[in-house]
Amino acid sequence: MTRMKPVDVVLVGFGWTGAIIGMELVDTGLKILALERGAYRDTSPDFTYPHNADELAYGIRGELFQPLARETVTIRHNLNETAVPYRQYGSFLLGNNVGGAGIHWNGQHYRPSPEDLEFHSHISKRYGQKFMPEDMQIQDYGVTYDELEPFLDQFEYLCGTSGRAGNLNGEIKDGGNPFEGVRKREYPNPPVADNYGAKLFADAARSKGYKPFPQPSSNASRPYTNPHGVRLGPCNLCGYCERFGCFMYSKASPQTTILPVLMRKPNFELRTNSHVIKINLDSSGKRATGVTYIDAQGQQVEQPADLVIVSAFQMHNVRLMLMSGIGAPYDPKTGKGVIGKNYAYQMMSNVNVFFDKDVAINPFIGAGSGGNQIIDEFNSDHFDHGPHGFVGGGYILGGQTGGRPIQQLLVPPGTPAWGEKWKRAAKDSYLHTTGVQSHGSVMAYRDRYLDLDPTYKDAFGLPLLRITFDWHDNEYKMTQFLTDRAQEIADAMKPRQTSQTIRKPGGHYDVRQYQTTHTTGGVIQGTSPETSALNRFQQNWDVHNVFVTGASAFPQNLGYNPTGLIGGLTYMSVKAIRETYLKNPGPLVQA
Amino acid sequence: MNTYAKPRRGNTLWRVIVVLVVLLVIVWLLAMLFPGGGGDPTAKAAEATPDQIKQGEYLARLGDCAACHTAPGGKAYAGGLPIASPIGTIYSTNITPDPDTGIGKYSYGQFERAVRRGINADGHTLYPAMPYPSYAKVNDEDIQALYAYFMHSVQPVKQDNHAEDIHWPLSMRWPLTYWRWLFAPKVSPIETAATGDATMARGQYLVEGLGHCGACHTPRAFTLQEKALGPKDGTVYLSGSVNDNWVTPSLRGELASGLGSVPDDELIALLKTGRTERSAVFGGMSDVIEHSTQYMSDADLAAMVHFLKSLPAARQEQAVTYDAARHTALYSGNVSTPGAQLYIDNCATCHRTDGHGYGQVYPALAGNPVLNGENPGSAVRLVLHGATMPAGRDAPTQFSMPAFRERLNNQQIADILTFVRSSWGNRGGAVTAGQVADLRDKPPVGQPLMTSYDPRVRDPNELKADAEDQVPPTPPPSK
Repeated sequence: MTRMKPVDVVLVGFGWTGAIIGMELVDTGLKILALERGAYRDTSPDFTYPHNADELAYGIRGELFQPLARETVTIRHNLNETAVPYRQYGSFLLGNNVGGAGIHWNGQHYRPSPEDLEFHSHISKRYGQKFMPEDMQIQDYGVTYDELEPFLDQFEYLCGTSGRAGNLNGEIKDGGNPFEGVRKREYPNPPVADNYGAKLFADAARSKGYKPFPQPSSNASRPYTNPHGVRLGPCNLCGYCERFGCFMYSKASPQTTILPVLMRKPNFELRTNSHVIKINLDSSGKRATGVTYIDAQGQQVEQPADLVIVSAFQMHNVRLMLMSGIGAPYDPKTGKGVIGKNYAYQMMSNVNVFFDKDVAINPFIGAGSGGNQIIDEFNSDHFDHGPHGFVGGGYILGGQTGGRPIQQLLVPPGTPAWGEKWKRAAKDSYLHTTGVQSHGSVMAYRDRYLDLDPTYKDAFGLPLLRITFDWHDNEYKMTQFLTDRAQEIADAMKPRQTSQTIRKPGGHYDVRQYQTTHTTGGVIQGTSPETSALNRFQQNWDVHNVFVTGASAFPQNLGYNPTGLIGGLTYMSVKAIRETYLKNPGPLVQA
Repeated sequence: MNTYAKPRRGNTLWRVIVVLVVLLVIVWLLAMLFPGGGGDPTAKAAEATPDQIKQGEYLARLGDCAACHTAPGGKAYAGGLPIASPIGTIYSTNITPDPDTGIGKYSYGQFERAVRRGINADGHTLYPAMPYPSYAKVNDEDIQALYAYFMHSVQPVKQDNHAEDIHWPLSMRWPLTYWRWLFAPKVSPIETAATGDATMARGQYLVEGLGHCGACHTPRAFTLQEKALGPKDGTVYLSGSVNDNWVTPSLRGELASGLGSVPDDELIALLKTGRTERSAVFGGMSDVIEHSTQYMSDADLAAMVHFLKSLPAARQEQAVTYDAARHTALYSGNVSTPGAQLYIDNCATCHRTDGHGYGQVYPALAGNPVLNGENPGSAVRLVLHGATMPAGRDAPTQFSMPAFRERLNNQQIADILTFVRSSWGNRGGAVTAGQVADLRDKPPVGQPLMTSYDPRVRDPNELKADAEDQVPPTPPPSK
């Protein structure tokens, strides 16, 4: 096995969090190496117009996604089933190459509500411990909103997020989200202009007494130069956002916000086609000595490093920790162990809204996030859950992200799936349809977790990650409640017709239907090594020179898109590394 | 008669040949025996000071030595960059202080002669790709600083120089001596106008000397010398030219196609960052920004701009004033003007229907000097092959415009450019399909539009492999 020259810091995976950590540490002068299993990708020549606007290549065939034929995950609904591999993209989309999922996200850029971060404490205090089902094991992050605020802000100013503050230094502002935590300053950019579907939604929501606001969006509403001096272009609402790279330099990604500066630093190195398979430990098992990866030629390479940052996608982080033997694997029978614990997801529902021809909506004018309107009345603990008997919630969105021909062409219920009648319905509906969507949380449960599959292996002969997951009653109640509210608003839009997609009790988690790529947990952060894998700085409790970033740290899933919180937690973690850990390497929190 | 006449004509021919050969030998001998050029190859430099070395580094950037003497992906100043010339390809030389393959054995005098007089240590005349006719204006102090920097601060690199790809007889170097005698100026200080304007004098020194702006922006004669080396030579100086199939615009005061309507601060921003609220650089100027002008002090940039803006127009033009009619038409859905629909489909997303683009991201087309000159060549090239902005310390984002050569035919590109050159007040005039056809295959063609930090720049095969096959070959299972 080849042994490379030691580096100070190795980043495993070069997406959002890897790029943030690299950038925040590069001025220390330390030698930083990013190992990325995919290839290099950038706006030009990879996402240029018109090639990027190819729905078949990117939307259906998943040009930007990890090839599942080489590595996937296996999925089962409960402990008694045999898991089978996820062989085609459906439920969630795994990013690939430099930038990772930060390339193909929509730019929906939220902050958590303050109570989301102390969720267990908050719910038990307000409703009592018994309000939660017995097998629900939600926890606190070990971080408060006030502590995190500067870092959430830092990430928004990196991305050039477009939005309107709803709570500026405690003052509730018209037109923003009145339920959000205190924001110390306005968004860096004003909101993207509403699409027409969003306007109809907002008017209807206001008529029901709600307070709609523009979806916070990392699709820049105007050219923007971030604190690193990197400039983003303006979003032109082309409708090719989720599943696509952005040709306008407008959607925030590592490429459009960090790489133009980081890639030029002499003490930073990126090695692509380098697939890390193990974090190596010294004989005590308490200190990492580096990582082992497989290079483009299929050779194993040892890379010594003083500090290991596990910054791959949530599922890959969990798998790498399990394969490296760091931390005790979670046992669903006893509830003990931490790696793989508290896997969670999100639960969506849709109300499609069909108008007559007198309401003209150009659905192709759309952005991944910019231009849509939101209500947040039913998210987090913004309302009294007491009478409703469930924990969690979500936001309700109105508008559309595009009018792509294959995946975004809606027809009214009752239309045949093909043939002349379908064609006529598609033609009649295309310019007169929009949507209302609920985006709901999923709590953590004792029997929902991740481990290594006993049967299936990847192209290298290494075990796949196994997901054991299905919906619980709490989430069915949550989605019914949210969807009823969404339907009421949709009806207030006075459409000709609506159709609903909702998950109901008796069903199962169906991996064929796309919902979100917001999978969370497995290497969670918290307040005690008994119940979490990481401390509040995302440092492993057992091996102090291993930090694990990303949504794998979420103790349960919230009703917002995760990227804003991921960025904030990463900035908080790297500040602790830079200012405290590097001066005196050791545990940042005493167990 | 016939039997007599034939050999006599033969004799005459032979005599002519003999005389020519003798003359040629004399000409050759003259060039070899009296290479001239002045300077003292044995001159020694004084002890270098840290300040002098630092100043030399600044001047080396100002002179853009790296643009030619550092090959893409190569070691700094180790040479090896191929440079196309009318007689064949020449390669830049190793100017690191390596004693065997670089200039490590050069005395100060030899260095001075090479830079200002175009004569290397062996006494050979340099190809005038080395802009010594401009560097002849550089003063002693600056040449000494450059010598100090190259000898003491540049990392020596052992790398042999690449032989020229030029066939005999054009490969003979001695005729270059005559070129030098005829066209290279004497080493002498610049004759500045006696205005007492020190900023103006500094600007002129930088533009004419190390900046060597005229190398691209002054037209060249058939014999390849610049037609003017300073303002005293007339308004042809910096009046625009064509280089590597790009139109290098006039840097004089023309109101539509030159710098006449460009404010000073905009020009300074352009030289510092490669972009402004209205425009961006492309072609050879990208290298100049990336390696040279972005490192210049604000005072030097201001001085250069002050001098350039003092040059009167070579051609009288009317300033371009914005005309909103075309925008109004496009906004209201009127695409009846030829090229309008193509513009909407291919260009308007970034450059917008009002032609204003987006500041420091997508250049404005309205009033852009590039679209208001007689020669549309640069615009044709940009549409065909795209372009990437240079990287600046103050503006690290390198926006790319895609290449449209595979999407649009010659007539479509001509229609778009005719539309663009006659919209929003522009008065550049029509472009023909023939003009597009002429440039379609002219080099440089088909270069990938990448940032300078893209790792695939170093290994273009990786780009190709990526395109061919997204999935890497299956490695053997691990043990």
